[in-house]
Amino acid sequence: MANAVEKVNTIAIADIEAINTITDDNLQALNTLEFTGVTDAHTLISTHTASASATLDITSGIDSTYDVYEFIYTNIHPATDDTHFQFQVETGSDSDYNHPMITTYFQAYNAESGGTPTLAYSGGNDQATSGDGNGVFQNIAKEMGGGSGNDDEAASGILTLYDPSNTTYVKHFTSTSNCYQGGNTSMQALVAGYINTTTAITRVRFKMSSGNIDEGVIKMYGLATS
Amino acid sequence: MAKTLISTPLNITTSDTAVSTVDITSGIDDTYSVYEFHFYNIHASDDDAELQFQVNASDGADWNDSPLTTTFFSAYHNEDDSGTPALSYHTGHDIANAATFQNIHYNLWNNVNESGMSGSMTLYDPSSTTYVKHFISRVSSDGFAMASDVHMAGYINDTTDITEIRFKISAGTIDAGIIKMFGVS
Repeated sequence: MANAVEKVNTIAIADIEAINTITDDNLQALNTLEFTGVTDAHTLISTHTASASATLDITSGIDSTYDVYEFIYTNIHPATDDTHFQFQVETGSDSDYNHPMITTYFQAYNAESGGTPTLAYSGGNDQATSGDGNGVFQNIAKEMGGGSGNDDEAASGILTLYDPSNTTYVKHFTSTSNCYQGGNTSMQALVAGYINTTTAITRVRFKMSSGNIDEGVIKMYGLATS
Repeated sequence: MAKTLISTPLNITTSDTAVSTVDITSGIDDTYSVYEFHFYNIHASDDDAELQFQVNASDGADWNDSPLTTTFFSAYHNEDDSGTPALSYHTGHDIANAATFQNIHYNLWNNVNESGMSGSMTLYDPSSTTYVKHFISRVSSDGFAMASDVHMAGYINDTTDITEIRFKISAGTIDAGIIKMFGVS
């Protein structure tokens, strides 16, 4: 979209937050002139809020509109102690969430009590699955506390999924999370890999490894293609 | 944080003419304090090729005047689950104050058409005339049937403003992929 409108009544487009309650993100044109208060190429597509939710499924809005999708998760708090925050994907309107992935997982952590801070690969949290139907949910943050006495433990971070609608290439992703790990430890987890399918990805499911997502918010953003 | 798409200097598929370099020679100035370069499904014509970058300062040319000092490490995991997945520093892919091209990745793979790499590189305050220029990149790839999470960072040891950037492949050509430049405000 061209940036055809620069000012409205001497107010720079970048300074306008809303017109008649319509936010600049949602304005497409003004008196037929294209409007890019939408100079922000980082578009909020949808918000998903957990409330004792078994899963948070994003089943719409992932298509060829954007090259890159970002899932920003904030304060993901499990209902069950010592559980991991995970994701998987689907194609079409399927709902099995079991596509093969090849992933890496490494982490840095430091305990409130001191000890030896560590940076290390975490072999038990990666996967090298093959064949449709054989993929498992990929951990992106782990060992968070839930239940009594653990109300302040949660994870926040970002999962970036590249070009999910491409039908030539496998689908790359990266994630960076920080969590309050159950051992009163700050744990940064860096996960990356690829979903080993050339079929377009249309759905993403987030869940805990056991029990519900007690609370937390996931916002899905798209990055403009042009 | 708002991002503005400034340009798309590369957008080709394997049916288009391959390119050996992608030069961004406009749009890097003091309009934004942070620039992001996004790479989507970069596919190389040759095996074992590496996507690289260098810059020109406003008083430089030929992509060989601004020395870089960098770090480079990755986590990797074979698709067939063979060997031991690991996290390691790559001494062969960093630079210590030399004006050569810096690898953003390693081991791109041409043998499999579905193989490529995606990620981004952030360049901080390229127009500063006081400080060196910091950059950080992270890319995910599937070269040689292996998931790689590649992290590179460093600084351009030049206090002159940086105005141009070149991406190239260490061998052969880029025969498919997208590169986009965003400004962050």
